[in-house]
Formats: sequence, structure tokens, C-alpha cells
Amino acid sequence: MATAALPHSAHPATTTGLDHRKVAIWAFIGSECMLFASLISTYLIYKGRSVTGPFPHEWYCPDTHVPTFCPGESAGHIVHSMKPILNIPVTSQSTFVLLMSSLAMVLALAAVENKDKPLPPNPGLGTRILSSSKLWLLMTAAMGTTFLGYQAFEFTSFVHEGLTIRSNLFGSSFFTLTGFHGAHVTAGVLWLLTLLAIDVKRGLGPKDALIVDISALYWHFVDVVWIAIFTLVYLIR
Amino acid sequence: MADHPPPETTEHADLTAMGEVHEHPTWKQYKWVALILTLITVFEVWAYYVPAFVASRGFVPTLLIMSAVKFAIVVMFYMHLRYDHRLFRALFTGPLIIAMATIISLLFLFAKLTIGAHG
Repeated sequence: MATAALPHSAHPATTTGLDHRKVAIWAFIGSECMLFASLISTYLIYKGRSVTGPFPHEWYCPDTHVPTFCPGESAGHIVHSMKPILNIPVTSQSTFVLLMSSLAMVLALAAVENKDKPLPPNPGLGTRILSSSKLWLLMTAAMGTTFLGYQAFEFTSFVHEGLTIRSNLFGSSFFTLTGFHGAHVTAGVLWLLTLLAIDVKRGLGPKDALIVDISALYWHFVDVVWIAIFTLVYLIR
Repeated sequence: MADHPPPETTEHADLTAMGEVHEHPTWKQYKWVALILTLITVFEVWAYYVPAFVASRGFVPTLLIMSAVKFAIVVMFYMHLRYDHRLFRALFTGPLIIAMATIISLLFLFAKLTIGAHG
């Protein structure tokens, strides 16, 4: 092929006029929509059908197998009762972190796309911060890792409170859904760290905007999936 | 920085044609989008802790609408689908419609959603 004659950042002509890699990532994201739809529907179908606790939003008595406090116990006096398993304050924090990671990602992409533009004379700290792709890539990866830390904490506390993937239908569908999402976040963090390593080694510029854009699309997709999971799994009782 | 549109060079035009470079929101727009997403999330969590609202019939629809708004904002502005090529929009919205239809169909099939009263 006569690719050597093309500009360094262009690609061989395609029938659509669009870069194949970008078409591919959108097709991949479309297929991922259907994957997560199947996992979310499984969770929703099994919701409320567990016969033993712990339950997501209700207290559970393991002695009587009733979704309420054990006999003689109350919110101020708990001996055997299992508390509602979902920790909304903690998950809200992790949701906020993931939302902000998307902001950091778009700033990383903007910094890469604008790297060739000269900075104004005597640029302020804000301008220099906004133009640092390394900083924003690092921030995005760090926030993704923080989200994974929250998820690890959540999973660990659930296991300590008696909910495993084998406990009941809620545990099976919950761990499968959120575990798949966590695996996607992990892949995204590794992808971002790879981009950061390239940026540190040779610098990312406008000619690399597409590869950063593709990783950004994947990262935002992971974010929108969590937006759906947070509402459907955590907030709706 | 991102407040100024990039100069229209020959290379830029080539990349635009390949779907590589497109007009993006500015830093100020990104900031507002992040603020709106945060405020909607705060409202969602607040609503979760209001027993009267949780018990009302509007709780689930309200949360679903707010979640859909957040979803749409991220897709349109952060994923730039609003500014991108129609083919990309079709590649995303097509499977998304199938996914939504799958969820709704399964919920009807397994009686999580019903139309009218049970006979």
C-alpha cells in the first residue's frame, strides 16, 4: 500500500471516509451496551427473589429467615440481625470520583489536541495545568484506581457481612454485574497508564489525538454504565 | 486554551474528514457539565434519604429520568457524540435501543413489569 505517501497522521482512504479504528471503538461500545443490558436485566429479574439474606435495602434475621429485625431487636439494639448491605454514602463517593475522572479524561484529550498551539506569553498556573496531558492522564488513572479501591472495600465488607457470590440471587447477580464493570475499569486504568507511559517517553501530540480519543470514549462508556448501575442497583429499592 | 477554535489548516481538514478531529466543547462547558452531573448525583442521593419521597409513586421515575439525563449528558458532551459523525451516532444508539428493548422485554416476560391488573 502507498501509505508512505500519506501525511504522518492520516490513514489510507476508507469507504466511509472515517478512520476504521474510531468506527471499531464505537461498534465495540455498542456491543458492550448489549452485554451490560443483559447483566442489568438479570439483576433486575432476580431482584427481590432472594429467599435468604443479606438483602440490599432491608434488615434480615438469619434466625427466623424474615426480612426484618430479629425478635426483641431494634435499630438501637442489634444482636443477630443483618443490616442492609448497600452502603450508599460510600458508593456515592466512588460515583463522584468516577464522574470527575471523565472530566479529567476530556481535559487530557484537549491537552493532547492543543499541544502544538503556543501558550500565551506569561501563561498562568491554570493555563499550564490545563495544557498538561500527563497530569490529566495521571489524574484519570488515579481516580479510576480510587474507584477500584472503593469497590474492593465494598466487596470485602460485603463478604465480612455474609454476602458472597454464592449467598443468594442478589449476591450472584450483584457481584457479576459490578464485577464485570470493575474489570472494565481495570482495563481502562491499564490503557490510561500505557498512554501515560507513551506521553512520558516521547510525548503525545495532535497526531496522537485519535488514540487518546479512542481510550477516552472507552473510559466515558465505563462511566455511563456506572451511572445506570448506581441508579438501578443502589438507589432504586 | 480550548476556548479558541483550532486554526483550519490543510492537515486539520484532512483529520476532520477522517473523524479524528472535531469541534469539542470548551473548558468552561466541560466544567459546567461536571457541575451539572455532580448536582444531579447529589439530588439522587438526597432523594434516597427522604422516606416520603421514596414511598411515593414518583420516586422510581424521577431517579430513572435523572439517570437518563446524566447518561445523555456524558454521551453528548464528554463522548462528543453531539458533534461527531452520524455513523458513530448510529453505531451507538442502534445497539442502545436494542439493549433497552431487551431489558424492558425481559422485565415484562418475568412479570417485573405488567400492563393492567392480573386476571
